[in-house]
Amino acid sequence: MLEVANLEVVYNDVVLVLRGLSIEVRDGQIVALLGANGAGKTTSLRAITGLLDVHEGDVTKGHVNWNGSRIDDKDASHIVRAGISQVMEGRRVFAEMSVDDNLKTGAITNKSSSSEKSAYQRVMEMFPALQSRRKDSAGYLSGGEQQMLAIGRALMSNPKLLILDEPSLGLAPMLVQQIRDIIVDINKQGTSVLLIEQNASMALSIADYGYIMETGKVVMNGESSKLLGDEDVQEFYLGLRTEGGERKSFKDVKHYKRRKRWLS
Amino acid sequence: MIAALVIAQAVTPNAIDKFGNALASGIALGAIYAILALGFVIIFKATQVVNFAHGGIAAFGAYMVVYFATVLNVPGRWLSFLPFGVQWTLSAILAILVTALLGVIIERIVIRPMIGKALFAVAMITLGVDLIIRTITVDYMGNQSRGLGDPWGAGVFVFGGIRIAHTQVVTVLVAMIAVGLLAWFFRTRTGTAMRATAFDQEAAMAQGISVGKVFAIAWGIGAALAAIGGIFSSVFPRGAAGVTPFTALIAFRAFPAVIIGGLDSISGAIVGGMLVGLAEVFAASYLGSVSWLGTGFAGIVAWLLMMAVLLIKPYGIFGTEEVRRV
Repeated sequence: MLEVANLEVVYNDVVLVLRGLSIEVRDGQIVALLGANGAGKTTSLRAITGLLDVHEGDVTKGHVNWNGSRIDDKDASHIVRAGISQVMEGRRVFAEMSVDDNLKTGAITNKSSSSEKSAYQRVMEMFPALQSRRKDSAGYLSGGEQQMLAIGRALMSNPKLLILDEPSLGLAPMLVQQIRDIIVDINKQGTSVLLIEQNASMALSIADYGYIMETGKVVMNGESSKLLGDEDVQEFYLGLRTEGGERKSFKDVKHYKRRKRWLS
Repeated sequence: MIAALVIAQAVTPNAIDKFGNALASGIALGAIYAILALGFVIIFKATQVVNFAHGGIAAFGAYMVVYFATVLNVPGRWLSFLPFGVQWTLSAILAILVTALLGVIIERIVIRPMIGKALFAVAMITLGVDLIIRTITVDYMGNQSRGLGDPWGAGVFVFGGIRIAHTQVVTVLVAMIAVGLLAWFFRTRTGTAMRATAFDQEAAMAQGISVGKVFAIAWGIGAALAAIGGIFSSVFPRGAAGVTPFTALIAFRAFPAVIIGGLDSISGAIVGGMLVGLAEVFAASYLGSVSWLGTGFAGIVAWLLMMAVLLIKPYGIFGTEEVRRV
């Protein structure tokens, strides 16, 4: 179980990005972490996976626990070894390397070659599209294939928790559907998933539980069905019309109202 | 004009012999430069550090051979039943391993704490490291030149008028073996991790690759290659008298090779090294008698070549365009 409690993260000793974030991912769950640009979603990911150092960020308060032991002070390689793997925003495949070599980097923490082989088998079954392109440079794959490769690479370490940062970013709606199904599939095979998304309708449609972040804090959380039914979530995140089914004209929108925050 | 002079001289008798000799020593010298450039490029590619200590490390490698082969006779003293050539080779391998260890130590002590700091500052630190290594080695080994005691001596193969030193053949063979080993290494797990780190450090960390380990290995390999370059530039016919305090300057003559090939390209280092080696030797043998060029023109040919390449391809022949310059 992943447990983030009252986490505060500061960049460059001055920029306060996370202001007491608390979330929880129980074993076997899909949890969605939603929020607009700059809410601190990616920073939360970095804090969990030990990548804050690269960006001159520090955890100044709170802690991250993984199965009861503290991990916010550990380095990235230790955290992958402990069973948390991530798909970074923007895919970040090694474009100059072949698909197979990309997958090999994902298995770097995988000690035995037999478990590496079975992880590879699983990835190939899950993404048949990659099978025919094993020797091709990852840079020549399409956006959807690169996203699949990035997910496959993260699965090569046989993680117990997979964190995905905006997997739907820049993909066609059909591919978003496909990625969504893949995430459900991965979860069914016994991996918990933390899904960081701006695409709230996609994330909430598969998540068991959801958190909504704003300016570094969780402002709302609950079962996805509850969030989906919430009037504010519908208006601000799902873009559904409110007020008696009337379609809103843009000129009626009060802009200050659009800036509504739950806090402050 | 220079080309015309070369052609004018080429029609003299023994032209083929002269050309053959120049070609052979050019390739041998090119192999030395290519090895030095490779070590430099591997460190730069993996860690973004311009390693000005490369020359000092190269000379250190050659001094270590002197120490193990002629002073201590290690490991030959316990293996006296082996032929002398094998004993010397073992000493040389030991020296290369010790130099690789030096590279790892340098990385651990002065480079690792500087990760994320300005690259210029790190480059300056390597310059300081170079001075320290050179001062200490000269302190221990003395100012005079020291022979490496290699088994080839001044032996040459004679093909008519063409004379090829045994060491030159060995140099090219060793260079080929080193390149082969590197090609193999880059396919292994650790090698793949190194390529991934060179391409995108943060993404590599996210896969669980220990970037510190990759840096240490890169420095180890780079230093080992420097040692090989240092050893072969201290034997006949390059440095017939052995290794001297000036051996370290060889790295600065290999520097144009690195730039010509492109700072971050492995194949560029090999091509650049060969080009510079050939250019230097051909300039020495064909333009040496052109009085208005003065003596020592061969020494700057590499730099002229570098300027010419940079005018046409500012990032070198194989360099990546967006690579950060220092």
